[in-house]
Amino acid sequence: MTQLSAAELNRKLASKEVSALEVAQAHFERIEAHDAKLGCFLHLDKEGALASANEAQKRLDAGEATALTGVPIVLKDNMSTIGVPTTCASKILEGYIPPFDATVVAKLKSAGATILGKTNLDEFAMGTSTENSAYQLTRNPWDTDRSPGGSSGGSAAAVSAEFAPLGLGSDTGGSIRQPASLCGIVGFKPTYGRCSRYGLIAFGSSLDQIGPFARNIEDAALLAEAITGHDPLDGTSMKTEPISTRDLKNGSLKGLKIGLAEEMFSEAINPGVREVVERAIEALAKEGVEFKKITLPSIELGVTTYYIIAPAEASSNLARFDGIRYGPRWEGSGHIDVVSKTRGQGFGHEVKGRIMIGTYALSAGYYDAYYTKAQQVRALMIREFNEAFQDTEILLAPTSPTVAFKLGELSNDPMALKLLDYCTIPANLGGMPSVSLNCGFSEGLPVGLQLTAAPLRDERLLQIAYSVERALPNATGRPPLP
Amino acid sequence: MSISLEEVRHVAQLARLELDEDEVLAFQGELNALLGHFLDIQGIDVSDIDAQSHAVTMQNVWAEDFPWESLPRELALKNAKVSRAGLFVVPAIIED
Repeated sequence: MTQLSAAELNRKLASKEVSALEVAQAHFERIEAHDAKLGCFLHLDKEGALASANEAQKRLDAGEATALTGVPIVLKDNMSTIGVPTTCASKILEGYIPPFDATVVAKLKSAGATILGKTNLDEFAMGTSTENSAYQLTRNPWDTDRSPGGSSGGSAAAVSAEFAPLGLGSDTGGSIRQPASLCGIVGFKPTYGRCSRYGLIAFGSSLDQIGPFARNIEDAALLAEAITGHDPLDGTSMKTEPISTRDLKNGSLKGLKIGLAEEMFSEAINPGVREVVERAIEALAKEGVEFKKITLPSIELGVTTYYIIAPAEASSNLARFDGIRYGPRWEGSGHIDVVSKTRGQGFGHEVKGRIMIGTYALSAGYYDAYYTKAQQVRALMIREFNEAFQDTEILLAPTSPTVAFKLGELSNDPMALKLLDYCTIPANLGGMPSVSLNCGFSEGLPVGLQLTAAPLRDERLLQIAYSVERALPNATGRPPLP
Repeated sequence: MSISLEEVRHVAQLARLELDEDEVLAFQGELNALLGHFLDIQGIDVSDIDAQSHAVTMQNVWAEDFPWESLPRELALKNAKVSRAGLFVVPAIIED
């Protein structure tokens, strides 16, 4: 049962072939059998999940179900869940129990989804390997010596390992798409502003976006439909309707114009990865896709721009963690001492490093040289992408420059880890919708294909991704777990 | 350009982070490495481009001015390490 997609589970639940409780229990059985090895979860909420499955069954019996009623889902542990611990994988939020639900969580509850638990991440979503968690490592189901990617590594590994058909992550520089790529599943970052950030513990507010993990495009689209839409509680939420799945299956690849930016096929990309992506491009060309080689020089400035803007925003957002209103508190003499000790002890090394960079970049004398300049480069990049979207509908690229790497392999090379976001960062800087789906294997490990569209073209992007998935029928598989 | 240990300590103080000496040294190295990369964008001519703080154009968002339910006080205080008489307890800010 755990191999079924959300859409298949929905059909079986609706036809009473299975009950919501059986579905939840089957997934918990698989988690209990394998998660000790993988370490996906920071918190399992079996009691809450089974109670919610019982409620879901009542709705199914009454004919009041939605596409997600009784369907299991896991949440990255930076989304607030009332009454359930939310730690951001940080010691500074140890024991924190949110008094409110994030909007996405409230929407999932009202859709009747069964929330199984909270998944591991790099502390405050800062990282690309999930190794920066203050609590535990998460392992890639395809090879348990390797990282699942990050920062949403726990959700990606859990969906890949069939612990749930659906998961939520957050993507600030690639934190949904990169782990989806490394774990061989689908990860989708919607247009900035289409999914409410209310209750998502903020990292880089102009970049953060919540989005789905699933094992196919249809499931990702169904979940996107359930979590998006305008939210007055988020001032940056767009006044748009939820992402519609109405025309998901009505697309065609014939005559579709796809751009290939040469900067995303450079030597920064591992040759094995490039080869698999190029084979996919050949297969799509046979289906009638017209590929156009383009150049977007600002892509090469993306990582640097991002590593100014994201830490600058983070240094401001993380100022709220002071030991006064929540989390542990380290005592000292006077206010500044208490706050500095609490933050010095409570944050991990990577988080402190990013706060330092951000504070420096925003400090008097450096603000214009770094922060303003980075925002100008951001505007330049957006201009270049807008021009590219004048005569190509989609940009195609590898999602990650590498396949899953060994745990510990890159932990002493912070810049190598940061370069893993090379292909994913532009969509965050430009607010564009972007999806990763598996397109084959290199060295037996999954390779993700990234498709990116202009802002607000989420429906069209998913429609094309659905057709691409059909055109690459043997591109995916199941990880070697029993 | 390189950052001195003194500057690292100053930034840590601005950020309200108590660091031990090993961390100060480590962050000096990491910040200097990153600043080296920041040079990548220093030479780019963007003088004709306005800085953009958001990916999409944002305008003022106005909310209707009406009272609505807020978080109950006991819930708001529930996660605080120290609270008293319905208030958060803050360490002394003004010295005697």
